[in-house]
Amino acid sequence: MSTGLKKYDPAIKWNGPTRPYDLVKEIVIAILVVGLLVVGLATLFSSPDEPALSLKSWAIAEPADFVQTATGELAGSTTSAGYGAPYNTAAEGQVLGPLKLQKWAGVRIPINPATDFVVKPLQILPDAAVKTAVDTWSAASADQQGKWATAYADALAKAPKETSVADTANAFGPVPAMVTSLLGMAVNGALDGALTTSDTTLPTDFTKPMLFIADSGTYFPDYAGARHLSGDQWGVMNETGSYPGQSWLWLFSFWYQVDPFKSSENADTQVMGLMALLSFALMFLPLIPGLRRIPFLIPIHRLIWRRWYRRKEQ
Amino acid sequence: MWTTRVRKATLEKYQPTDILPDQQPAYVSSWIYVAGVATIAAFVMLFASGLILTLEGPAWWHNSSTGHFINSIHLWSVELFFVFMVVHLWGKFWMAAWRGKRLMTWITGVVSFLASIITGFTGYLIQGNFDSQWIATQAKDGFNAMGIGAYFNALNTGQAMLLHVSLLPIVLGAIVVWHVILVRKRGVVPPIDSSIDEGKGGSK
Repeated sequence: MSTGLKKYDPAIKWNGPTRPYDLVKEIVIAILVVGLLVVGLATLFSSPDEPALSLKSWAIAEPADFVQTATGELAGSTTSAGYGAPYNTAAEGQVLGPLKLQKWAGVRIPINPATDFVVKPLQILPDAAVKTAVDTWSAASADQQGKWATAYADALAKAPKETSVADTANAFGPVPAMVTSLLGMAVNGALDGALTTSDTTLPTDFTKPMLFIADSGTYFPDYAGARHLSGDQWGVMNETGSYPGQSWLWLFSFWYQVDPFKSSENADTQVMGLMALLSFALMFLPLIPGLRRIPFLIPIHRLIWRRWYRRKEQ
Repeated sequence: MWTTRVRKATLEKYQPTDILPDQQPAYVSSWIYVAGVATIAAFVMLFASGLILTLEGPAWWHNSSTGHFINSIHLWSVELFFVFMVVHLWGKFWMAAWRGKRLMTWITGVVSFLASIITGFTGYLIQGNFDSQWIATQAKDGFNAMGIGAYFNALNTGQAMLLHVSLLPIVLGAIVVWHVILVRKRGVVPPIDSSIDEGKGGSK
């Protein structure tokens, strides 16, 4: 059996039996058939278009979750607040063995959730009480800010359906006034505008509002989970509704479902690294001993070229 | 003149009969060959529907039934594009189609597959609906963990849109053209185990 690499010299011009062939005719027919197929599929199945979520829709649907998350941003306890690069230096980030790729890339999209998601938007409001609360917050030490916000976050956690808790021990400082005002901004839509236009007046970058929504404790993840999009539901490759989604990402999603990746703190780097390795392996498969022999050992080519082999046998 | 040399060298290397032949070896007779040309046909549909969506703008398909239909065509073109491409790729694997110094044909095919995944992914990011929001927030962690997110921000819709409608189609289109030229130039790989004498006609 031949491994073929040298046997089929490209200098050899096929002079055996041939058949008529019209490439232009083939491509025209293919476009017509595929065109009819996609028009038929589009007509029958359409395409999903679940409306985008916003800070406004979040604040209206789950105001308690919004207030808890906003308080968490001030307390530095949300995912964004403790993320690390490229947003801040709050964490080392994921590693790939000795490689600290996330950290080394640096803080190129600087975001301070407490300042960017809460304090700066509130500074827009023409309200004296809000200005006093923000000034009080800004004048306090980081330690004091942390104590206020953490105390209020703990109080809210004990009353998960409430959007505010009375400050009976005088421990929350200006935090309740700030997050209640922020909730008001979000409900009337002003917060969406404030976050998207904080860097430019013609926004195309939704990093800040999306990081804020993604910090949500229940609203965003539950909304996705109800649409079978969570990570443990192979969510990266799924779409809302019963559409195929990015089914070609199945292998990428698969690794997240199994150990050691499933329970790893560095799952993202490990899966991305593995997929990069596998992609290179596929690219250079013809040079990899063993793998390049598989098509010769499992004779599926006999099926593909069955007419040719039958003709030879005759 | 160097331009003349380039022209002559190109014509010598890529003869019209190689690019648009009127005969093919008799073994080029299998349904598996349909997958390659079907992939190109789906790419044409993708390009055409994408062009209409580009001309009308990103919000059009949310507010117009015609726009939604064109978006649906774009979506199903993507789905079929990948189905055909994967069938084509598997077919070429089982044919060991890299034989006969066709390694670069294989590599450009795999690179176009990977480039298609990236292009498709950026398309999902710019839909402007909940799907794009969710995909962006989930995918950002993978990119950030690898240090890529500092340069390609999945939450930056404008960046994803420019990549999807300008840079990536150019890159993908160039790789596909290169791949097709190599296929035509090298010819279709002969069947495994077919005698070399069957195809011998002397060197070019």
